[in-house]
Amino acid sequence: MSLLKVRNLGVQFQTNDGIVSAVNGVNFELERGQTLGIVGESGSGKSQTVLALMGLLAKNGQTNGEALYKGQNLLSMSAKELNGIRGDRLSMIFQDPMTSLNPYLTVERQMTEVLELHKGMTRREAKKRAIELLEAVRIPEAARRIDMYPHEFSGGMRQRVMIAMALLCEPEVLIADEPTTALDVTVQAQILQLLKDLQRDFGTAIVMITHDLGVVAGLCEKVLVMYGGRVMEQGDADSLFYRASHPYTIGLLGALPRLDHDGSELVSIPGNPPNMAQPPKGCPFAERCSHVSNRCATELPPLMPAEHDGRVLRACHKSAHELIDIREVAHA
Amino acid sequence: MPDHAQQPLLSVRNVKVHFQVKNSNAWPWTPKKTLKAVDGVSFDLYPGETLGVVGESGCGKSTLSRAILNLIPATGGEIVWMGRDLRRGSDQDWLHVRKDIQMIFQDPLASLNPRMTVAQIIGEPLRVHRPELSADEVMKRVKAMMAKVGLREQMINRYPHEFSGGQCQRIGIARALILEPKLIICDEPVSALDVSIQAQIINLLKALQREMGLALIFIAHDLAVVKHISDRILVMYLGREMELAEKQALYARPSHPYTRALLSAIPIPDPRLEKNKQIQILQGDLPSPINPPSGCVFRTRCPQAQERCAQEVPVLKSLGGGTHSSCLLAQA
Repeated sequence: MSLLKVRNLGVQFQTNDGIVSAVNGVNFELERGQTLGIVGESGSGKSQTVLALMGLLAKNGQTNGEALYKGQNLLSMSAKELNGIRGDRLSMIFQDPMTSLNPYLTVERQMTEVLELHKGMTRREAKKRAIELLEAVRIPEAARRIDMYPHEFSGGMRQRVMIAMALLCEPEVLIADEPTTALDVTVQAQILQLLKDLQRDFGTAIVMITHDLGVVAGLCEKVLVMYGGRVMEQGDADSLFYRASHPYTIGLLGALPRLDHDGSELVSIPGNPPNMAQPPKGCPFAERCSHVSNRCATELPPLMPAEHDGRVLRACHKSAHELIDIREVAHA
Repeated sequence: MPDHAQQPLLSVRNVKVHFQVKNSNAWPWTPKKTLKAVDGVSFDLYPGETLGVVGESGCGKSTLSRAILNLIPATGGEIVWMGRDLRRGSDQDWLHVRKDIQMIFQDPLASLNPRMTVAQIIGEPLRVHRPELSADEVMKRVKAMMAKVGLREQMINRYPHEFSGGQCQRIGIARALILEPKLIICDEPVSALDVSIQAQIINLLKALQREMGLALIFIAHDLAVVKHISDRILVMYLGREMELAEKQALYARPSHPYTRALLSAIPIPDPRLEKNKQIQILQGDLPSPINPPSGCVFRTRCPQAQERCAQEVPVLKSLGGGTHSSCLLAQA
């Protein structure tokens, strides 16, 4: 049985402008020790996908489909059942380390609370464990620092406190929602190294949400590329990076400023992302796609195994062979 | 291509921006401390050239850009614009100079007045600096500029909130360009944008630069982004210059350990390269700029630091080939 199995997950929001479908038909499986990267730009539905798993959607949100954690459906659980799992077996790191820590409580109180609740530890035991974790994420002078308030830490340190907090109960699944986006590159490198070490030591499965394909390349085995609330392409990292077969994935790779290429013109994707309140009838990417045909605007391409590689799923009317060829010609 | 035989457009000589800060729990009579946000930065900028300024948060890159425009007055040094020292100039002189130096800001939405329409925002610099122009002439120029930056004419009466981030940044660029300035200071113009939109804006800036012969100062926290737009790059750390070099030389042979650390920290979107590369992770956090380390400010995190680094304050020295480094150990 998979550790985490998501089947046909959908998220809708009831708004004044009608129902907005933020996520449609997302499927993935995650085993112990694996890392899945979810890539997409703002508004692609990547954050809503994981918020739905954690039962953290806004009040006007509803879900359909299934998200099975060891066979139990997270989406149909009561808040009480969910509270037994999240923070303990399933935990989450948020993007902004300042707004996701409680400014009124010391780090010690925020961390010990988790252990008292899930593990029934005493405050003293919990504090000892919390200091161990802070040391594991390399916070200097953890025993002294633990009594400080979040504002007394720098951005990188706060993110490390968040990670330590998420790891307190040695979760099986760690969901990281853009954990390094707000940080400087050198701090980002520190945090990513830390996540790799922790995964090696604890065998934690990680779901990494990011818009940075470089982060995905270093950390993830499986990748899911989202656009306009739908999965465009998914498969293992090597096939997606070296044989991208969806116009959006190809576009994203071309638009990225990279150090290993010379500073020539970036290939930009024209246009803007779709308005999710009035989603296009056909492929959400059709409006910006350079390979668009008549069919794309009217008919939604299904997510299907690709012709060139059965382990890759892609949602595009155009044949994968054609697109891969084009890309190789462009590189040569 | 910049012409270094010409007189520099802008010469920044040993510019300092120091702030007096109060210690929060000090007695009223204890002397204030000095925060050296920018401490002795010098460079020349030639017509048509792009200088990339790179560094992590708190390195003083934004303060430097604001000091050039006198938005934050410099406390020492010289800012020479086309042969005239601006620091001795009157307010009238500054008004005159700002016709030629314009700025693009990081947060595209926050830098536009929400109560003005696009026409008013883009036209305002003309109304301030060119009051002799008729309303029709202003409108004509606004429309021409909108077309140039890729905004449709039908959008002219809309308000900023109706636009996406990328479009707002285009409005900001149009506003900066309408006076046909000689220099534009771009303060992290793409860091708030999605990857696909980032590439659009970088390509737009490059095209406009070629067309109008602009000089650019392009500030970013990421060496990958500046690679695609800069001719020369200045690397800053804790208010000081670490390295100033031609683009090719900087990426091929970084002379300063901090530049090397910054380069190695950038994730490469290629799984094989990224998973096997040696990252030089910087230990610890950025020191406080109120209490910077003695000698070389980078020495507390530098993998090559020696005893003399704590005693000698390094100055930027030429290593030949246009490369300047402030590392005491760097050899020509």
